[in-house]
Amino acid sequence: MKLLILAAKSMVAAAAMLALPGLASAHEWAWGGKLDLTRGVANVEGAGGGGLATWALITGNETTDGVGGELSATYVSLPDYTARVFGGGVGLFDRAEITVAEASFDTGATGAKLGLGKGFTFDQTIVGAKVRLFGDAVYDQDRWLPQVSAGAQYKVNDQRTIVRAVGADDSQGVDYYVAATKILLDQSLVLDATVRATRANQFGFLGFGGDKNGGYTAQFEGSAAYLLTSKLALGGEYRSKPDNLGFAREDAAFDLFAAYAVTHAVSVTAAYVDLGDIATFRKQRGVYLSLQAGF
Amino acid sequence: MKTPSLLIGALLIGALIALVTAADAGAQVPPGEQPVKPYVQSDANAAAEPFAGDHMFKALHGLAGIDRIVTRMMDENRNDPRTADIFRAADFVRLHRTLVEQFCYLTGGPCHYSGMGMKEAHEHMGVQAKDFDALVEHLEHAMDKEGVPFRDQAKLLAKFAPMKRIIVDQDRN
Repeated sequence: MKLLILAAKSMVAAAAMLALPGLASAHEWAWGGKLDLTRGVANVEGAGGGGLATWALITGNETTDGVGGELSATYVSLPDYTARVFGGGVGLFDRAEITVAEASFDTGATGAKLGLGKGFTFDQTIVGAKVRLFGDAVYDQDRWLPQVSAGAQYKVNDQRTIVRAVGADDSQGVDYYVAATKILLDQSLVLDATVRATRANQFGFLGFGGDKNGGYTAQFEGSAAYLLTSKLALGGEYRSKPDNLGFAREDAAFDLFAAYAVTHAVSVTAAYVDLGDIATFRKQRGVYLSLQAGF
Repeated sequence: MKTPSLLIGALLIGALIALVTAADAGAQVPPGEQPVKPYVQSDANAAAEPFAGDHMFKALHGLAGIDRIVTRMMDENRNDPRTADIFRAADFVRLHRTLVEQFCYLTGGPCHYSGMGMKEAHEHMGVQAKDFDALVEHLEHAMDKEGVPFRDQAKLLAKFAPMKRIIVDQDRN
């Protein structure tokens, strides 16, 4: 596990150095230019990807000639909880992205049942960085080689006392991941596979590490989408999660989504999402809605 | 008085030879096109393997459909400020003919490509990544207007996509 993290860390550093000559020689750089849906959408952690998974695609509408950006608002309604994520990101030369997201997990009436108080909310700030290592998911149509990116997400949860009380080791943590994304245009398919080293409990809303398992584990994220048109994609996602806390079992997450590019800048994602059991409340299946603007 | 008439005679003969030579060269340049520096013609210049069968050629509605798609795409290329500069000095008659040939040949139609290779054709044009994306957009619009099904559009784009590596960034390397 340590090796995987070390490898991911050194890849981020190496890729950052690779990107630097590009920054220096980029003349005439411009805003925008990327094709519809090729920036992906913003995921639950504010990074460019699907809804649950983080993809290798770089956020923002820019090409290798310029910079781009993205803003997103995501709402997840579950039987016993509600989550909201507001995110923003900058993409640099289709090489790197930096994202910041404010995520809140509202326990609503469930908060009282958990002894936390009605409307108790966990807030989390997520700062992410991603670097494209090699490959071009869109244009390398004559090669099997996917676009591969490495990244890290630093998450800080504001409920230190509570997450420690439920058994978590820490209220902050860093995820490291390597993502491979391929668009098979002749099949109208978008495929992604991501490996994440993480200690996060329920994406970090319940802290990091726990009484059952304190260390990093490797988790898998997979997405498959079918492009019905250049503006509409239908797909499904899977994301495994660690099971670190003794008081409640944590399950893998699934979704079925539709992403639609309303205009070149604005896209909406609607999904049916199954997050499994969360903090002893079973079968958290609900609706995921996300609106984003890229420029 | 003899000298000037000889001179005029010589000039006349010279002009005649020049005319004949020009007509000769003109035979190799299709009407309405400007001459280009010589190059070896080959289907390999189309820079991709054609689709097997004629499904794609039919999906684009044959030669007539390809002609409309190329016309619409080039109209958009010339009118879009993002791409207009690239084509400022282009020979549109020749460009139209060679593009139609390339589309026809690559979709499995009964054509040969007589144009230049992708590297030679785009040398010093300074096509940037965002320009290439704009060109793709224009091609998508043109195929939409022609009523080409999305799946077939995507297949054709997959065929053209790898050319980005050759066409873009030439002067930077």
